[in-house]
Amino acid sequence: MGQIEWAMWANEQALAAGLILLTGGVVGVAGQFRGWQFAAYAVAAGVFVCLLEYPRSKRAKGTSVARSGQYCFTVCVKAFGPLTRNYYVRAFLHAAICVPGGFMLATVLGCVCLGIASLIYLAAAIRGEHWEPILPQKDTRKPVAQSIKNPPQNPPPRPPAEHRRKPAKDLESAAYDNPMSVTDE
Amino acid sequence: MGNWVINNGFTSFMLVVWMGINIFLFVWFYFFYDLGDQFFYTRHLLGSALAWARAPAAVLNFNCMLILLPVCRNLLSLIRGSFCCSRTMRKQLDKNLSFHKLVAYMIALMTAVHMIAHLLNVEWYNNSRQGVYDKLSTALSNLSDTENTTYLNPIRITNLIPTYFVFTTIAGLTGVIITLALILIITSSMEVIRRSYFEVFWYTHHLFIIFFAGLVFHGAGRIVRSQTKTDPPHNFTFCKDRIDDWGKIPECPIPQFAGGFPQTWMWVIGPMVLYICERILRFIRYLQTVRYRKIVMRPSKVLELQLVKSGFKMEVGQYVFLNCPAISQLEWHPFTMTSAPEEDFFSVHIRSAGDWTNKLIDIIMGVDGPFGTASEDVFDYEVSMLVGAGIGVTPFASILKSIWYKFKDSNPKLRTRKVDHVKVRFDEDTDVVTGLKQKTHYGRPAWDKEFEQVRKENPTSVVGTFLCGPEALGKVLEKKCAKYSDVDPRKTKFYFNKENF
Repeated sequence: MGQIEWAMWANEQALAAGLILLTGGVVGVAGQFRGWQFAAYAVAAGVFVCLLEYPRSKRAKGTSVARSGQYCFTVCVKAFGPLTRNYYVRAFLHAAICVPGGFMLATVLGCVCLGIASLIYLAAAIRGEHWEPILPQKDTRKPVAQSIKNPPQNPPPRPPAEHRRKPAKDLESAAYDNPMSVTDE
Repeated sequence: MGNWVINNGFTSFMLVVWMGINIFLFVWFYFFYDLGDQFFYTRHLLGSALAWARAPAAVLNFNCMLILLPVCRNLLSLIRGSFCCSRTMRKQLDKNLSFHKLVAYMIALMTAVHMIAHLLNVEWYNNSRQGVYDKLSTALSNLSDTENTTYLNPIRITNLIPTYFVFTTIAGLTGVIITLALILIITSSMEVIRRSYFEVFWYTHHLFIIFFAGLVFHGAGRIVRSQTKTDPPHNFTFCKDRIDDWGKIPECPIPQFAGGFPQTWMWVIGPMVLYICERILRFIRYLQTVRYRKIVMRPSKVLELQLVKSGFKMEVGQYVFLNCPAISQLEWHPFTMTSAPEEDFFSVHIRSAGDWTNKLIDIIMGVDGPFGTASEDVFDYEVSMLVGAGIGVTPFASILKSIWYKFKDSNPKLRTRKVDHVKVRFDEDTDVVTGLKQKTHYGRPAWDKEFEQVRKENPTSVVGTFLCGPEALGKVLEKKCAKYSDVDPRKTKFYFNKENF
């Protein structure tokens, strides 16, 4: 499993966990459950996690597939610099965020999922991965070489037309003959 | 439009049937629980959340039954190979993985609905138990399991934390575990993960074992309770407003309740058995020995493996899964077969594309052994062109001798009619590659002349060009083979074969 970038899976898991946390929170608040304050927290935490995890990181090896419309999120997440770039920070952040979710049934699944995502991020951080923004490539054309700027003014020197045309019927004389011997005699 | 109907009509029909069954199950069980008299008192505590939980449960039963079937590869091959179904129906078998994913999405959706409804149920059961609601609810919740009463509300204590309840009931515990397994399976099956990190996808997917185990036991606690018949009968329409008289007047004996019989196992047992048979069959096949017939390293890091297995029968275009225990005991990777059924072996061409394939190529290259090289094919061509540079003449020495023996013994297998253009160089004042006194660079027209001449002399033959020499020369010869070959099967074709050191 040498080529695996754990962060890619951690990202999917964290995004799913954010959605589950959000859904559990909404149910808890809408149903006016006991401990609905934890549900309200879960709504906010779920939204935050989704916003943080939506922009996919650029892969260290291979092509990166950005999620649709992630550019604005990429810019926001990038603005936090090392806080969002470093996966240790993310691992501990998710671990901390998920804890209050464990105090209410509706959010407990979101809590566990986010905890798992935190562990996978920790594995990614230990392996030295970090978050890189996927930014649109600026098209840098190579500067045009000097000689290309001035196309030749004259055609190349050629013998006169009647000597150039080879008779179509006469294949023998038209065949290319290597001036040097290429056999081993 | 007609084209679309021909190509996709049957698939659309199957999808409509599948969706129709899902909708039917949902609606049927929704009304079963929302209108059934035996659930009147249960509904009083839970409202329509009961029906909203049980309807997706029925759809889940159906889809969990279906999800194992499209991945029983051997079963599908059996169906495809038999003559029972028309070609149109057999085409659906090619879309097995798409169907598997569709069913998985439905399972995920229904799990979400089921879980949300049960969250509401647990909360309202808890509230009823604590006397938050009306008198009837409290009375119903107070019923407990004694010698002449049975409980309705599965929450028996009055100071319960819902999370505690979930983790101390079979339904709750299995529910959380299997939902977690499902979430992990889904996140690791996303296209990004599957395409780039297949092992994560494959190993995590085996959590389905936990999923099915938990699913079968999920209903064992029988916490969805319905009213049972008593003698004399308890008429809820009459008795629901006379709670204080329960057990005191003959029209209203204390109502009795019982849990529903768990049914999920009836839905999934068949496919589970089929899938277990499938895995056993794969394991038996794994135990059978496979011999290497030939292993060849092709250009662009492509490995050709020719393998022989007794009792192996194939059709054109089929694929096999390969496992190399030296790399990983558990990983099986699919490869389309490149050999024809008429041959007595089967071959695969494996390109270096990831961890497993790279390790495979390294292992093969590292083994010394009687593994064949391209040069063995020299006898299979009508015309062979052997190019040996420097020490590369050694295999050709062996070949020349062998040709001679075969010719002497009039071996009928020897197709080679002519062996030409053998270049053997030992002098140092000649160019290592072309043997000319003149030093040349690779890529000079010298090769063009050679190939042209061979083509002229053998206008309809298949010519095998064999090189044992440096990489750069190999590249040149390969280009020439391509350049001078003709697509027309009646004209000359050059096939390039190389060993390099």
